[in-house]
Amino acid sequence: MTGLTIAERPFFEGMAPAHLDILEAVADRVSFPSGTTIFREGGEATVWYLVTDGVVTLEIDVPGRGPHILQTLHEGDVLGWSWLFPPYRWSFDAYARTDIEAIAFDAGRLRAAKQDDASLGYALMQRFAQVLVRRMQAARLQLLDIYGTPR
Amino acid sequence: MALLADLPVISEPMAPVPFVVRSNRDELEDTYTLQLEPPGGSFEFLPGQFTMLYAFGIGEVPISISGDPALPGTLTQTIRGVGAVTRALRIARPGDTIGVRGPFGTAWPVDLAEGKDIVIAAGGIGLAPLRPAIYQVLAERDRFERVVILYGARNPSELLFADELQDWRGRLDADVLVTVDNAGRDWHGSVGVVTKLIRRAPFDPRNSVALVCGPQIMMRFTAQELVTRGVPHDAIHMSMERNMKCAIGFCGHCQYGAKFICRDGPVFEYPALQPYLLVKEV
Repeated sequence: MTGLTIAERPFFEGMAPAHLDILEAVADRVSFPSGTTIFREGGEATVWYLVTDGVVTLEIDVPGRGPHILQTLHEGDVLGWSWLFPPYRWSFDAYARTDIEAIAFDAGRLRAAKQDDASLGYALMQRFAQVLVRRMQAARLQLLDIYGTPR
Repeated sequence: MALLADLPVISEPMAPVPFVVRSNRDELEDTYTLQLEPPGGSFEFLPGQFTMLYAFGIGEVPISISGDPALPGTLTQTIRGVGAVTRALRIARPGDTIGVRGPFGTAWPVDLAEGKDIVIAAGGIGLAPLRPAIYQVLAERDRFERVVILYGARNPSELLFADELQDWRGRLDADVLVTVDNAGRDWHGSVGVVTKLIRRAPFDPRNSVALVCGPQIMMRFTAQELVTRGVPHDAIHMSMERNMKCAIGFCGHCQYGAKFICRDGPVFEYPALQPYLLVKEV
């Protein structure tokens, strides 16, 4: 998968060629060695990532209990949606659990591009909305504690 | 592997037969596995079937068989201690006697997966009723294409059959993906709901059979995710749990819509259950 172009990534399936060109123009391939902090809660969301290899943990530090893993992200997963909405600050910490390969997208340039082209904004929001819905549903299932002892 | 029709007919299905406890092993804080010695030395069953276990003087409970169907010399049952009977069975010691009725119910349709990929998705203690099917599939590995085992648990300390999961992961001919809902940094596996594993599991959805067992809500979302991935509805099979009493379809305690879970199930095709899964009253 690592050698695929942006257009070949399932997340971008169905996007118009002109939109893919814009995405290509703001994209960079990046690597993070295992153990690296990719971003921290409260930091400015200047970028978002598409993970192409490795495992990222999304974590929150619970005072008195230490870091708690909320979710792991794998190949094909989006890392970061805070760049979409003010105040453009990360909500969680992200760590490279293994060596990570990813595509990084410049958030500032992409925000400006979608201001100029509403159809690009719509195409991106359609995809990010699915990511957000899936994560919200997963979080709700986790909250239900479905494997706990029945009462 | 025997078919349902091949199993001996139970002449007195309401009469418990005394089995001797061979061992009682703790699996998790609230879960344990009994190994029972059948009278006559043999107890044939099909993966997915259940028995009624009787703690004398206390009561009876339906429990799925969790052992290897190729080893009929031992009846293995994995039980969560949540009520009077299952807590009483928990203190059973080797040499004690337990009443057993069964085996009852339908089986996992392992044969339908011959020549196809087989996806086995379990949540929590739902791995126990699927373990006999996993034993069969791995023992008859050549009959299937890809074998994928997906397992979700509450946290790393509540992974059922953790040693066996590790063994299965070590095989080169099966893909085993495990996830937990909650974990600290000492856990190096996946974190997230079991349904999330389906998207990245390596199988051909159009040529797969899926066996699913876990809490009902987990099975509902798992089935939806399998369908989204492209698995046909009728290739998905689930094992349902209800308060079974007679186990032979007479008493009605386990009625689910027009079905009796004990007699028509516990293993059903997804289309047979789908109309009822969102009906709160059943």
